[in-house]
Amino acid sequence: MSIEKTPSRVTEKMIDARSAPSDSIGTIAWLRTNLFAGPINTLFTLFACYLIYLLIVPSLQWALIDANWSGTTRADCTGEGACWVFISARLDQFIYGFYPEELTWRVDIVFAIFAALVAWLAIPNMPVKGLVAIATLAVFPFIAFFLLHGGSFGLEVVGTHEWGGLMLTLVLAVVGIVAALPMGILLAMGRRSDMPIVKSICVVFIEFWRGVPLITVLFMASVMLPLFVPGEVNLDKLVRALIGITLFQSAYMAEVVRGGLQAIPNGQTEAGVALGLGYWRNMGLIVLPQALKLMIPGIVNTFIALFKDTSLVLIIGLFDLLAIVQAGLADPKWLGYSIEGYAFVALIFWVFCFSMSRYSQYLERLLHTGHKKR
Amino acid sequence: MTHPASRPPAKVKPPFWRDPAKRALIFQLLMLGGVFGVLALIVSNTLTNLESRGITTGFAFLDNTAGFGILQSLIDYSEQSTYGDTFIVGLLNTLLISALGVIAATVIGFVMGVARLSPNWLISKLAAVYIEIFRNIPLLLQIFFWYFAVLRALPSPRGSLSLGEAIFLNVRGLYVPAPIAGAGFSVVLAVFVLAIVASGVFIYWNRQRQAQTGQRLPAGWISLGIIIGVPLLVFVVMGMPLTWELPELKGFNFRGGITVVPEFLALWVALSVYTAAFIAEIVRSGIEAVPHGQTEVSRALSLTNSMTLRLVVVPQALRVIIPPLTSQYLNLIKNSSLATAIGYPDLVSVFAGTTLNQTGQAIEVIAMTMLVYLTISLLVSMFMNWFNARMALVER
Repeated sequence: MSIEKTPSRVTEKMIDARSAPSDSIGTIAWLRTNLFAGPINTLFTLFACYLIYLLIVPSLQWALIDANWSGTTRADCTGEGACWVFISARLDQFIYGFYPEELTWRVDIVFAIFAALVAWLAIPNMPVKGLVAIATLAVFPFIAFFLLHGGSFGLEVVGTHEWGGLMLTLVLAVVGIVAALPMGILLAMGRRSDMPIVKSICVVFIEFWRGVPLITVLFMASVMLPLFVPGEVNLDKLVRALIGITLFQSAYMAEVVRGGLQAIPNGQTEAGVALGLGYWRNMGLIVLPQALKLMIPGIVNTFIALFKDTSLVLIIGLFDLLAIVQAGLADPKWLGYSIEGYAFVALIFWVFCFSMSRYSQYLERLLHTGHKKR
Repeated sequence: MTHPASRPPAKVKPPFWRDPAKRALIFQLLMLGGVFGVLALIVSNTLTNLESRGITTGFAFLDNTAGFGILQSLIDYSEQSTYGDTFIVGLLNTLLISALGVIAATVIGFVMGVARLSPNWLISKLAAVYIEIFRNIPLLLQIFFWYFAVLRALPSPRGSLSLGEAIFLNVRGLYVPAPIAGAGFSVVLAVFVLAIVASGVFIYWNRQRQAQTGQRLPAGWISLGIIIGVPLLVFVVMGMPLTWELPELKGFNFRGGITVVPEFLALWVALSVYTAAFIAEIVRSGIEAVPHGQTEVSRALSLTNSMTLRLVVVPQALRVIIPPLTSQYLNLIKNSSLATAIGYPDLVSVFAGTTLNQTGQAIEVIAMTMLVYLTISLLVSMFMNWFNARMALVER
């Protein structure tokens, strides 16, 4: 058997693969498909560039390049750009409100504990999350109250009228959400109940608060609430706002919880009943632990909404972050720096809200893996 | 040895606290009693408090003279008008800002939502930046920004920014020409209304005809022609009975034309821009919710791009878009109450603000205000339920 000779027309050597045409790979291809695919697309790109040139370039120039960063009085603001001196000169007030300067360490400790707890809960795979969550919801509010308000353990009392700034904003949002959560759970359970009277009471309660604007709720809390309680009880302005916010928020929370409860298959409850569990143990041991996990993105979204809505307390005369900056703008020493003030508040709110919304989107993706229908 | 359980158990009636039906009844009665108890406590406290403060209850105050002026009113209002009139003025102003806000927010939101899905990278990223910036900043801050930082920084009337000597913008507001209807303009309006009705009839007829013969006239263009062309023809025939009154600088201020107060402008811009950011996200997710296979199938059926969009994608996307969209509209209506922070005379600002402070009738005023918003919410959710029932997929 002889080995056939390779015909001469077949090359024995492999030809190296040629590289792809330069216009189908790399930057140029990306530019072609994403920015210059056809005349209309090119027109859009030019339009977008014009918009950037018109809006974003001058804003950056004003806020960063031409800005004045250092100094203590408005005389230090000489340039064309933003005067961030206004912010740095009043930063303490924007964060702590009228809290006595020598006591602000107490606020710092509360901030630190809160940040640590939230970080613990937010990072996946941390141990004893359940305990930490209970501590955050049940223990931390009391520690925070004792530290912020004082009056025991030898701490000096700082009345709520001295609270303000970012600290007050956080207090309003966190208390609002923590107090609204248990109420929301109860309301949602009531709304899904078989008992007609319980169900209708819960539906009316939820729909009432969801149907009115928060401003009218705050107005009601500040004007009507003092009429509702016996004459000798004197409710603090902050407490009144908190009651209003909590009632308002609990209705929204109830809808989030209801969504979570509805996502748990009926078989779970039925299995619990078959095991002889009563309603409360069935809820507490089987349904809620599963539902709460699903509700976290919804709760975070509600928290974002509430966090932005806390700025409304300005209207009933509390000095949250926005209100205190607004008040600072009226200071004759710093007239004319409203854009800087608003930009600062906007940046703080934006950083909080944007990171929370990104976190909630991340959680949604994380939680969706096992539960997606398709 | 017999096991005791093998015998049939004796019929023992469970005690009433073990009977679910009775237990539910008792629980509900207790809850009802609790709710009524709290309400009764509140009412009795309130009555005592009101008595000790010397406030009379009831709605008689609505007939008293208000005695304060209102910045902007859609009806005739003067300081001699009653508190009841302030309610109407505030309500109309709320409805006005809500209606215009809904329109502007929808337009901006749809444009931004589609831009977010644009194949052009820059356009899509710019839309994303817009959405992420404006929906993560409190609305109140945005209102303040537009009002105090932008509109309050405009030049005085003498240095107004102007567009073609007809539209002027200055620190006192926006001045636009006012249309003045001459004799016969009502005929044009009547023809316009008739044309709308006629085009509706035409579209109906066209559908019937398509169902019977399979042929279809370009309904969109023809009805547009009927609605715009016919009234325009009548308008020209009647001798153009419409003149414009231009705003003119007289002394220190503008006279004539329509004045849009800066409070209104700031609130309108802020509400539309804020809500539009949410609407853009809704539109984006609605369009993305239509499976890609749908587009491919319509390509395979050789539908044109615009037909694919009009007949396949949009109807399915709308089903996803409309429910959250209505709740955004509701939010916008409720958020319009932030007007009170900059003094635009909406319901909360005028009625729950000034009127409440002057009369001290907190309960009546807040109840009336809340009732208005509740009614609007209820109407909108009724519409939404109706719409959902109509649009729901008919499962086969």
